[in-house]
Amino acid sequence: MSEYSRRVQVTINAREHEIDCEPRQSLLELLRDGLQLTGSKEGCNDGNCGACAVILEGKCVLSCCVLAVEVDGAIIETIEGLSDGLELHPLQSAFLQETALQCGYCTPGLIMAAKDLLSHEPNPSESRIRHWLANNLCRCTGYDRIIKAVKKAGETIAASHE
Amino acid sequence: MSEPNNRRPYRVLGTTPLREDGVEKVMGQARFADDVFLPRMLHAAVVRSPHAHAKIRKISTHKATAMPGVFAVLTGSDFPTLEPTILSHSDASTTDDLKDISENCMARDRVLYDGHVVAAVAALSRHVAQQAAEAIDVEYEILAPILDIEEALNEETPALHEDFTPGQFVLQTKKASANASGFEMNIGEDQDAFSTAEVVVEKRYRTRCVHQGYIEPHAVTVQWGSDGIMTVWTCTQGHFAIREQLSIVLQHPLSKIKVIPTEVGGGFGGKDLIYVEPAAALLAKKTGCPVKMVMSRAETLRGTGPSPGAVINVRLASDKKGTLLAADLELLYEAGAYPGGPVGSAGLAATSRYKISNQTIRGVEVLLNKPKMKQYRAPGGVPVNFAVESTIDILASKVGIDPLDFRLKNAMAEGDRMVTGLPCPKIGGRELLEAVRDHSHYRTPLSGPRQGRGMAYALWFGAGKTSSVSMTVHGDGSVLLNVGTPDLSGTRLTLSMQAAEVLGIDVAEVSARVLDTDSIAFSYKTVASRTTHSTGIAVYQAANNALREMARRAAVYWDIEESSVAITRGSFSDLGNPSRCLSFLELAKLLEKLGGPITVYGNASPGSNGCQLAAHLVDVEVEVDTGKINLLRYTAFQDAGNAIHPDYVSGQMQGGAAQGVGWALNEAYFYSEDGKLLNTSLLDYRMPTAVDLPDIETVILETPNPNHPFGVRGVGEVPIMPPAGAIANALYNAAGIRMTELPMSPGTVLEKIKENID
Repeated sequence: MSEYSRRVQVTINAREHEIDCEPRQSLLELLRDGLQLTGSKEGCNDGNCGACAVILEGKCVLSCCVLAVEVDGAIIETIEGLSDGLELHPLQSAFLQETALQCGYCTPGLIMAAKDLLSHEPNPSESRIRHWLANNLCRCTGYDRIIKAVKKAGETIAASHE
Repeated sequence: MSEPNNRRPYRVLGTTPLREDGVEKVMGQARFADDVFLPRMLHAAVVRSPHAHAKIRKISTHKATAMPGVFAVLTGSDFPTLEPTILSHSDASTTDDLKDISENCMARDRVLYDGHVVAAVAALSRHVAQQAAEAIDVEYEILAPILDIEEALNEETPALHEDFTPGQFVLQTKKASANASGFEMNIGEDQDAFSTAEVVVEKRYRTRCVHQGYIEPHAVTVQWGSDGIMTVWTCTQGHFAIREQLSIVLQHPLSKIKVIPTEVGGGFGGKDLIYVEPAAALLAKKTGCPVKMVMSRAETLRGTGPSPGAVINVRLASDKKGTLLAADLELLYEAGAYPGGPVGSAGLAATSRYKISNQTIRGVEVLLNKPKMKQYRAPGGVPVNFAVESTIDILASKVGIDPLDFRLKNAMAEGDRMVTGLPCPKIGGRELLEAVRDHSHYRTPLSGPRQGRGMAYALWFGAGKTSSVSMTVHGDGSVLLNVGTPDLSGTRLTLSMQAAEVLGIDVAEVSARVLDTDSIAFSYKTVASRTTHSTGIAVYQAANNALREMARRAAVYWDIEESSVAITRGSFSDLGNPSRCLSFLELAKLLEKLGGPITVYGNASPGSNGCQLAAHLVDVEVEVDTGKINLLRYTAFQDAGNAIHPDYVSGQMQGGAAQGVGWALNEAYFYSEDGKLLNTSLLDYRMPTAVDLPDIETVILETPNPNHPFGVRGVGEVPIMPPAGAIANALYNAAGIRMTELPMSPGTVLEKIKENID
């Protein structure tokens, strides 16, 4: 760590962390290199692929485009926080059941982006889902099954609230 | 998705269970190459040439070396000097000259493309390594770059290499001129086929260099122990391939290299060749620390192996009833900086779905100052399929026959002579085209103006090659299946399903792993649509070996002859006393008393994986003000042989179609006049997003492959081939314009629309 390091306090997946960050480090680096939360992926490091999407203060952001020092005091949710391992989140189950992944590299980012959508709109149209996820690139699937998985997860979540 | 008829008596095959490795992937726990962290690990960065062609006069590393946190610097002089080295064994990991591959990994006296690596540095962090890389001064003498195919073929253009080993991917090429090598295939005796034919069409096409576009950039971590054992963690389609290439390039024994394959974030033909691996290894050796090197997206686009741009001339002749009589094709493909691009496989697949008795196919690959071109899903197949399928539609229209009927009339069938001279194996080509004709998509009228429907048809060969597996039946009845072919998209499951089918057990009882190069016998790469097919044959063997061994144990238990044990769907019975019967689980539980768990092996080297066939049907609408093509409806038809996991087959069809659509409409490398790659981000290298694609409906047909115990054919590659031709044909039917270049981006389409109006 250099002389410019800053201490950052952050709550990630309901756990508090304190970590020294360089001003040039991104939130993605803080997660991956600093805390070894490697579920968030680097695909481009310039905001064009969506593989690093996380939820920051309730809103989906691309963690490669947020500086680590900016998140001091913030609450963050990453793919690792979605499930306790005993029961999958409805999005995780739906991605599995709908065969919405092949290589799985873009999957965490897609799930986090979709979670943000469903938290505001539990029953989005297919067109709405396609536009919402337009910032998340998947090179394996052609998206069809991803769209269906998100729709299905939305229905599952809505049903559980009834 | 329309599911194939389940007319065969399979219990597991044809169902759609969930993949075991999927849970880790949706939870963010799967370990990809960049997720490897080791104690004392350093991070490496490389210096890349900003010039397309230059001599390296001098590299000054002292500023970088003196920076705090920098551990080692590496240049071309640290690499062993190789003589030209071509691997001749049938499972060679590359058909390229390893001397070229070594120089592609690290330039020696010259850089040959924008992004060519000239030096590397290992430091405490990625940032420090990048800063140090920027502090390395390289003095270049800039040379004129060769940037297009015609220029490279011009006799006055100087040779890029004093001498070169001609490329031999799939077909051996011979040196043809200073910067080119080629092949020619001929069948048919009729020299006058063109001059006497009633209808002849000739057309020239041009396509651009594109990238596989896997979302995970290349990444590697290497540890070089003081015992000389090198351990490599990397995301690759072939860890045995990486081991072989590293062994030769670094002159290090195979037995002292262990390659551990991580999960792979997409490969599509781009991840089976070494790039930064040797530099990471040499830095690990120099520093005594593990070294990790991860490419940025720009490095992935500039410095790996994209798929070549091409110029293709197609001449086809038919009689007035629409029977194809002759084909004459010239395929000029970019090789990039070193030979070995996919022109040979393009030549084989060019016309091979049609019966044409007189054919000449000339393939030429051209050296120029771009990255060394590589395979990308049906290597070389997309440009030539676009060219031929467009020409077929033109020809059908001239003859006055419906394009689908024209294709049906000329479809190759079993026993017809292919361009190789060999008879065509059993394929379901006619059935596939008939399925298109009978589908509601084909029969539904278009709904508005400026809409058009088009189709294209494709055949691809794939490859067989060697696969090895081991299988253990444990005392609790669970089965461990170890394989040596990396899993890019769910093959651990499709292989487990084949094991479960043979063993007569539930697929959930089978757990599959991809093992490292030390832990499983040699396996060829996951390429050429081969894993579910070829590794599947090895699994079939291993599972049958396991059943035989279990029967032997049952014979011991019952104290009878082995031949008296009958095996029926995972249960074992005494032929002499049918009341004595053991289920798979019951016998497994007895194994500990009967000699312990059973471990068996399977090894297969099939010659091919059967032909893959696809036909795509697309409806487009063109925006005449902007030139943008919108896809309204898309249906992909494919013969899967036997769809082991129909959802996965359908997923391959959709993914391939999506990549083909990107190639057709948007994707291309843009170079400046001096040869710098201009679009090095995923904003500017524009791959399809969720809003660019319609639902891709899939129709799976099954004509079993007679050379696989379950009839499996390769599946993964062929669906990338038809989209460009299908869209071009649909566009013609929508707007009367014939595009002869890819991509059919709005700008180029608009230009063509304006030309048409003028």
